[in-house]
Amino acid sequence: MTDQFSRRRLLSAGALGTGGLLLSGCDRLSQPGPFRSVLEAAADAHYGVQRGIAGDALAAEFAVSQMSPVFRANGNTNVKGHAEWSGHGADQFARWALKIDGLVLRPLDLPLDALRAMPQRAQITRHDCVEGWSAIGKWQGPQLGPILKMAGLLPSARYIVFHCADRFGSTPYYESLDLIEAHHPQTILAWAMNDKPLPVAHGAPIRLRAERQLGYKHAKYVMRIEARSSLAGLYGGKGGYWEDARGYQWWAGI
Amino acid sequence: MRGDLPSADFTASLAPMDIPEAPLQVSQPVMVKRHRLSTRLWHWLNAAVVAIMLMSGLMISNAHPRLYWGHIGANPDKAWLELPQFPGWATIPSTYSLADARLWHIAIAWIFGAAIAVYLAWSMVNGHLWRDLRPRLAELSPAHLWQDIKAHAALRFPTGEAAARYNVLQKLAYCGVLLVLLPLLVLTGMAMAPALNAAFPWLPEIFGGRQSARSIHFICATGIVLFFIVHITMVVLAGPVNEVRSMVTGWFRLPPGPAEKEAAHD
Repeated sequence: MTDQFSRRRLLSAGALGTGGLLLSGCDRLSQPGPFRSVLEAAADAHYGVQRGIAGDALAAEFAVSQMSPVFRANGNTNVKGHAEWSGHGADQFARWALKIDGLVLRPLDLPLDALRAMPQRAQITRHDCVEGWSAIGKWQGPQLGPILKMAGLLPSARYIVFHCADRFGSTPYYESLDLIEAHHPQTILAWAMNDKPLPVAHGAPIRLRAERQLGYKHAKYVMRIEARSSLAGLYGGKGGYWEDARGYQWWAGI
Repeated sequence: MRGDLPSADFTASLAPMDIPEAPLQVSQPVMVKRHRLSTRLWHWLNAAVVAIMLMSGLMISNAHPRLYWGHIGANPDKAWLELPQFPGWATIPSTYSLADARLWHIAIAWIFGAAIAVYLAWSMVNGHLWRDLRPRLAELSPAHLWQDIKAHAALRFPTGEAAARYNVLQKLAYCGVLLVLLPLLVLTGMAMAPALNAAFPWLPEIFGGRQSARSIHFICATGIVLFFIVHITMVVLAGPVNEVRSMVTGWFRLPPGPAEKEAAHD
């Protein structure tokens, strides 16, 4: 009986200890090191698997009646300390132009009117924030694929980077897509939201829509699109502001 | 031991029975092999994985602790439930980091999903589900259920041969976890992934939309917590050393009781 009693105490002490160890252990294992690398590899595996599963499938589109009554604006809802953007904002971006450069045959300057004159895609889609909330809105703009074709991607191009006017502190926002997601039919440069010009809070003059990705990929206030062979050497090297600053997954399909 | 014996209720063992020729050594404990290797491996793997999924999930909840029904739901919309901020001792990591919580959650999700899929498939192949976990029709009769509930409430646990098999409340609890809660957690988790939504548009639809899937995900996780509390309580009450040993080594000492002779005879 004493034997069993002590074993029982040992067991419960062990259970408590395991709980405590699990907690402090998980915090320690989250620090940069071999274990975190394993976790990151497992998280990154969703990229390859979801690429294989999703193929060219389109994100669900919704009816007008399903749209959010109020579409929450989050992240940066205005641009501060970017003279060029502010200058254009004063006259509704009439003289603003989107730069397309990097590994392209023909660098382009596309004014807002030119983007509006291209064949358009309008889509009512669900926006899923990494935090967990969802909102449905209508987005309209030219598809990114034909624009990249106009510029002529060089064979060495692997990533499309979106440079933005907004910043967190002194760090500019940016995001990136691989070529498959960049050429997806629902990947558009939206200048209109809910049938009105894109509001400043949602990223005027244009915002990227990449409908099979979480919200942080949908870069707002896009000023320049750059084709690159690698994400290394650009800011933190992880392909996006939140990826660099917080360690969010670059593949935001989950 | 594991065969389709008629379900013995706790009082049936009090009935008179054939007395064996030789008197039994009452002090000799009767050991039975209670849990297969696959069950033991999965149990402990799943215990660790569920703890990580749950605690990292609570941190993810902290990022937006509001639940909705339907496709949409954000701050301007009506939440059906506003959750508290879960404290650091309950979350992974212990201080706020949505990114690190997601890293743990979606990395370990591979093991979580694969383990339940393999264990379910193997339990169908080896008959564990059908023979050990399937509630029999007679067990589901209100009278039998009520008797089992009363026995549990009175902390009167099966002894002897009856203790070698699962009683109906155990079967219902284990089937609920194995066949309902864990698979639903995997499916509703997948239903929240935007790229998988494109691949399987029907997946969020069957739950009534992405935010409904998120709500069901949370409800199922709550179900797992409730199961855990009852499970641990029952293990402690039924004899933690014997119960834990049986899930480690497989060997379970049949609790001596009026049914002891029957068990030994068998």
